[in-house]
Amino acid sequence: MHQLIDRRLNGRGKSAVNRERFIRRYKAQISEAVRKTVGERRLSDMEQGAQVTIPRKDIAEPSFGFGAGGDQEGVFPGNREYVAGDRIPRPQGGGAGGPDNAAGQGDSEDAFVFSLSREEFMRIFFDDLELPHLERTVFGRAERWKNIRAGFTKTGAPANLAVVRTLSQSLARRIALRGGLAREMREIENAFGIATAAGLARHAASLHDELARLTRRRANLSFLEEHDLRYRNRVQRPEPIARAVMFCLMDVSASMDEDKKDLAKRFFTLLYLFLTRKYKEVALVFVRHTDDAQEVDEETFFHDTQSGGTVVLSALELADEIRAERYASGWNVYAAQASDGDAFGADPAKSARFLRERLLPASRYYTYLELAASGHPSSLWTEYERVQVSTKHFAMRRASSRDEIYPVFRELFRKEAQ
Amino acid sequence: MNPISRGPDWDFELLERYETAIGEVARDFGLDTYRNQIEIITSEQMLDAYASSGLPVGYPHWSYGKEFIRNEQAYRRGMQGLAYEIVINSDPCIAYLMEENTTATQALVIAHASYGHNSFFKGNHLFLQWTSADAIIDYLVFARRFVMECEERHGATAVEEVLDACHALMPHGVDRYRRPAARTLRAETARLAAREAHRERQFNDLWRTVPEQPERAVAPRSERFPADPQENVLYFVEKHSPKLEPWQRELVRIVRKLAQYFYPQAQTKVMNEGWATFWHYTILSRLHEQGRVDDGFMLEVLKSHTNVIAQPAFDSPSFSGFNPYALGYAMFADLRRICERPDAEDRAWFPDLAGSDWGKALDFAMRNFKDESFIKQYLSPRLIREFRLFALADHAAEDTYRVACIHDENGYRQVRNLLAEQHSLEARVPDIQVVRYDRDGDRSLTLRHTRRRGRPLSAAAAQVVAHLHRLWGFGVRLETWESDAMVGEPLECAA
Repeated sequence: MHQLIDRRLNGRGKSAVNRERFIRRYKAQISEAVRKTVGERRLSDMEQGAQVTIPRKDIAEPSFGFGAGGDQEGVFPGNREYVAGDRIPRPQGGGAGGPDNAAGQGDSEDAFVFSLSREEFMRIFFDDLELPHLERTVFGRAERWKNIRAGFTKTGAPANLAVVRTLSQSLARRIALRGGLAREMREIENAFGIATAAGLARHAASLHDELARLTRRRANLSFLEEHDLRYRNRVQRPEPIARAVMFCLMDVSASMDEDKKDLAKRFFTLLYLFLTRKYKEVALVFVRHTDDAQEVDEETFFHDTQSGGTVVLSALELADEIRAERYASGWNVYAAQASDGDAFGADPAKSARFLRERLLPASRYYTYLELAASGHPSSLWTEYERVQVSTKHFAMRRASSRDEIYPVFRELFRKEAQ
Repeated sequence: MNPISRGPDWDFELLERYETAIGEVARDFGLDTYRNQIEIITSEQMLDAYASSGLPVGYPHWSYGKEFIRNEQAYRRGMQGLAYEIVINSDPCIAYLMEENTTATQALVIAHASYGHNSFFKGNHLFLQWTSADAIIDYLVFARRFVMECEERHGATAVEEVLDACHALMPHGVDRYRRPAARTLRAETARLAAREAHRERQFNDLWRTVPEQPERAVAPRSERFPADPQENVLYFVEKHSPKLEPWQRELVRIVRKLAQYFYPQAQTKVMNEGWATFWHYTILSRLHEQGRVDDGFMLEVLKSHTNVIAQPAFDSPSFSGFNPYALGYAMFADLRRICERPDAEDRAWFPDLAGSDWGKALDFAMRNFKDESFIKQYLSPRLIREFRLFALADHAAEDTYRVACIHDENGYRQVRNLLAEQHSLEARVPDIQVVRYDRDGDRSLTLRHTRRRGRPLSAAAAQVVAHLHRLWGFGVRLETWESDAMVGEPLECAA
């Protein structure tokens, strides 16, 4: 007696809950691995899964077992030349191979490697912050018109003639009409036969005429008629600008250590992720500054250290220059600035004015993150605070740990989601 | 007879026909099985099943997640294939078949799992003694629900802590020897009556005249507890731990029951796989002789079969210990040969077997042995030669390995004994027992590791003691003894 059951349609994620538990348990190690990966990745590649490596000893489940040492024998298959009493030198390094591999088994691989999915990676990356559900459906201001297809019309310019569509119309018409004619002709032929047999000559003659008329009509069915014609239709529709440029401005003076840069990277990534969901194309511009600003590539931006003072204004000016030169029209401009706020003398005030007068009017959103170690707001912060009062699309936050980064954007996300 | 089918594609109706045909042949051979329940699953579901040791339901725990991830990675990178099947010791006997298998493979797997393993589960004494096939699934469902309820009530971390500790002690959570079954009421009454009768027979009125001694003051309870060392550490913890909450005790019990359920499997790997392999080969060969499967089918079966029973030599890069399929299959096939076509050597070594009915001899072997005793009893000199077995001695006092014995006249018995020992439980699980629970003092628990031949515990022992300490709640101490003397410092976790 037996029973065959098809279980293939049953759920397959039975281990998902256990996998999740594993990840939760080794969160510290996994977060560390994610942190490393983040350091190596480019902003635009950030949103992927990742390979995570955990030392095997960290996840071992202990149980009583035998260690190396003592007396033991082991039986092995495949003897070639040994005879009883032969001596074989112990393998160097002990443990592996030989009779005691029964005990030492399984330690050969010392790293446990596994992949995080994209979602898991991002969740750990943002420390389980509930990212708002970012949808591509939010539109910004309509700024350009675009021709898009909108079906077919019966009138139009010859250049827009949709040949295939037209011919299929014509074919359909001919089939429909011919079918009706054929049926009529058959009926008349039958009636003609009956009339002839009954000797109704006049009736037969009129039927014959009718038949001839129908035959003519069928022959005259035109191949193409005016109302077969179809034209491609296009309409103009307003479309938001699908491109954005993101300026990443960062202070790289000596006081910006790796930890702060790591925070900054998260900050930039968050904005980048937001933009990629909103825009088809996102360009990145990296501007770093000490007392002098430079446009650099991403690698240099995050990893190269420089020494020098801090002049924020230089970065703002360079960013504005680049914007005017390359992204003057047809681009949505976003900017994110990260700094520890160590600016001196007249620089903060000048920077704030430049920001208010030049950069902000040209940007859709500007965010400033102050990577603060101590509780004292910097002079730059104080100056920027005044800017914030008068401007809506400007957000600023101080942060010293990862979970403080997201609130910088909360405002932005909320506004856009409406 | 016409072949049941041709070509690699199968459908459910075809599997039914194969199942029926294989079942007929199996019954001809006298295999006694539980009912079969065959379930078709996908490779992903197979990975799921792997993670929980093949059990269809399990309680949630991170270690299963780890197992899942490990298998998944290995599988995705092509480092490891998936088993064709997984079979569960339950009644009905559940076998999982992968949908990717071809017709021939499915038939092989049905013969292997649903008749081979199934009959082993139903017949072998260890499984009969230690597992109840009809109740395991229900118990697993209960365990899962219980664990999840505990998580809800006491938090996942608290539950995880207990489970981690229990898992560490799992190999020491089994009863190795049969306990007397609980007496029935009738037997109990009879026992009391017998004792009464005995007293009456011994009655002698004279004793009344002997002057009574004044009763001695009751001595403080200084006797050792437990009176005898206890091998089942988890059981002892469950019954006597001074601190565990009732729900924690129940968790200990669940893990203990699981350990007990798997206890026979670990001791019958060679026999179980050998038996199943022997029968898939024998049954399918019979079907082929009868013309019910065609040559293409049989070639495919033989290809899988030879892959399964390959035994790489010790110096081959793919060597990873004995392949239980290879050794087990060779032994059962050899046993049949000894019965059917014995030579002089077999008559000398196995006088009772040579020339006897092979069906009965195999059945007897399947029912009454475990790996260790099976090898000790049945490994023939011919197989020792065929496998070219040799033994290496690794003694701490010698600075080289020494070849202790090889496949020759002088070595057969020793090789056989050593191979048997190697398959015993004691070779893998150190002997650790509870010797003292200081009930009236500081409530500490003392365990004793009885060391043999100087083999020490691995470094993980300290972590296990820490786990036990977590369960016990008071001081825990692990002493190592050899030849009635304590060795080294005890591992200790103070209260």
